[in-house]
Amino acid sequence: MTTTLESRESQRTAPRAFDLKLGGVRELNRTLHHAADGDAFAVDHPGGKHSIAVGVNSEVEIEINGHVGYYAAGMNQGGRITVNGNAGVGVAENMMSGTVHVTGDASQSAGATAHGGLLVIDGNASARCGISMKGIDIVVGGNIGHMSAFMAQAGRLVVCGDAGEALGDSIYEARLYVRGKVASLGADCVVKEMREEHLAELGELLRAAGRDDDPVDFTRYGSARTLYNFHVDNSSAY
Amino acid sequence: MTLTAPDQTVAPALPAPALAELGLRESATFDRATIADIQRAAETGIYDIRGWGAKRKVPHFDDLLFLGASMSRYPLEGYREKCGTDIVLGDRYASKPLRLDIPVTIAGMSFGALSANAKEALGRGASAVGTSTTTGDGGMTPEERGQSKHLVYQYLPSRYGMNPDDLRKADAIEVVLGQGAKPGGGGMLLGQKITERVAEMRTLPIGIDQRSACRHPDWTGPDDLEIKIAELREITDWEKPIYVKIGASRPYYDTALAVKSGADVVILDGMQGGTAATQQVFIENVGIPTLAAIPQAVQALQELGMHRKVQLIVSGGIRTGADVAKAMALGADAVAIGTAALIALGDNSPRYAAEYAKLGSAAGYYDDFQDGRDPAGISTQDPELSARLDPVVGGRRIANYLRVLTMEAQTIARACGKAHLHNLEPEDLVALTIESAAMARVPLAGTSWIPGATGTGL
Ligand SMILES: Cc1cc2nc3c(=O)[nH]c(=O)nc-3n(C[C@H](O)[C@H](O)[C@H](O)COP(=O)(O)O)c2cc1C
Repeated sequence: MTTTLESRESQRTAPRAFDLKLGGVRELNRTLHHAADGDAFAVDHPGGKHSIAVGVNSEVEIEINGHVGYYAAGMNQGGRITVNGNAGVGVAENMMSGTVHVTGDASQSAGATAHGGLLVIDGNASARCGISMKGIDIVVGGNIGHMSAFMAQAGRLVVCGDAGEALGDSIYEARLYVRGKVASLGADCVVKEMREEHLAELGELLRAAGRDDDPVDFTRYGSARTLYNFHVDNSSAY
Repeated sequence: MTLTAPDQTVAPALPAPALAELGLRESATFDRATIADIQRAAETGIYDIRGWGAKRKVPHFDDLLFLGASMSRYPLEGYREKCGTDIVLGDRYASKPLRLDIPVTIAGMSFGALSANAKEALGRGASAVGTSTTTGDGGMTPEERGQSKHLVYQYLPSRYGMNPDDLRKADAIEVVLGQGAKPGGGGMLLGQKITERVAEMRTLPIGIDQRSACRHPDWTGPDDLEIKIAELREITDWEKPIYVKIGASRPYYDTALAVKSGADVVILDGMQGGTAATQQVFIENVGIPTLAAIPQAVQALQELGMHRKVQLIVSGGIRTGADVAKAMALGADAVAIGTAALIALGDNSPRYAAEYAKLGSAAGYYDDFQDGRDPAGISTQDPELSARLDPVVGGRRIANYLRVLTMEAQTIARACGKAHLHNLEPEDLVALTIESAAMARVPLAGTSWIPGATGTGL
């Protein structure tokens, strides 16, 4: 089932405020690690600090008001984390479940190696978006940079804008949907037929991300599976 | 090396001396193994992939000797006078450093490369003597977590099976930058070993030839590594020691950068270090010997004032208690073993001679860990072969072997008058060859000459 950005049914308590101008990231993360499902937090003045809200392991709501540095929401497990701003390298890296929503742009390696959950980036994502993804769903409103979905193992990446060079290089079983232009495809990544089930899952993903783009405008990409086993004739691709 | 192994059935009828008497001479450049390699390449069109580390002869611990006590230093009584072996790893930043009873740890070897029984045996053996084991490129199994009292969780470029629950369950986290057998290379696991369970743990299709990434997906360079280490500390509330593992190539700089990035422990793996599957050309031609790497890493630590504060674990070709003692005398805080632990479990035992022959190999030569047909049940995922290795019996063998390594190292340390293994020092050592003297930075035996060192005249 697709995780969605829509807010949970759970009763929302008044958010506990954290001002990162006053307190440190360490204190914030410690508090988050001991939070209970349904707790809510508002983080002000993130100031591009690194590792904000990493290792969250309960169904909490976190609103971060401003730009975040590297690895924001890293390894998230169940949290619903919103960044009202831009995110640095590796936002939601290795996420397991929950949602991360970046209202601005994201830097390199967004959603890297993540196993689950939903990452929504309203703006653009830089290079290596979804690198080694292992089950996460990523929806990018704008464009993505080069080498995105490199060695992508599982999960789905939706790009409403254009994709940079070498999309899906050495891809495994992840499914990629791009609406705009793809600068070039990486080794073993090919255009694939959009069947009914793909239109349906894409529609669901777009809805989950709160978007109304039309699935028919997208092209699907995936693995040709020719590099799955070592073969002499593939030596130039190794 | 299945296809290159000499065919035992057509071994030359004449023994070598007889061939020499006939005026026949084998080329040192094109020896028989090289000829077999060339012909294998011509037949198959693909490079050779194998396990183990570098097989070529390089300067090693064998080229060093201990001086022992003399008039100016007095020895300790064997058994009666204490020679400590305990170590603390990771007390720079971690609130829960590892406290081990012996300075010999089990190196990271993946479930996937090794059978579940082999992993369990390693865990049992290590726990029995109070030391740690390490996961590998393939995640943490419940069997291993269950059996290992001290478990180090590897954080590799592939991030197979990486998850925050296992991170929190670990006793230490090891960020792997490289491995001595293949500095600059990613992992490989061939289709035969990607069974359903292995595939699921790695989120890969069953039976594919898996190549894992050689660079981390979300950081490059020491500035990023510092931020990455801080993230791992944040996720685990600054409890766990964080190790950085490097393959020996430029250990002086890599060690210094690891320290500056905030590592608690540096693991330095030399070129003889084992692997589960790598291209032979890579294993034999990339990286530097363990012996050459240690003094460079120690120098970097000393210059930063961090020797003994950031602990150094050395691996790559550790076989005996003498090797343990020599590595420690050169400045290591502990060592790690891979290949030797597998051998202790029965790898390459003459017991399996007939089966190795069937595989086109021989006891003492078997290195086809990638094939998954290990008759000893160690480097395999085949349920029948794995069942040959009883994890309880295997655990006992590992514990025995670790005890022998420790007692041997203590024997040497006492002879040098040291009440703790970590009191061994370079001054206790001399070298047998000019090369090893230059690399280890200890004098050639019987002289005060350290090639390359300045100002060490008589
Ligand atoms: C079968 C096998 C599997 C290995 N798997 C890994 C691994 O997953 N990650 C890693 O960092 N090193 C791995 N290594 C390397 C060891 O951690 C260690 O560096 C090496 O074995 C030490 O040298 P030694 O074999 O001479 O003791 C593996 C080695 C072997 C023999």
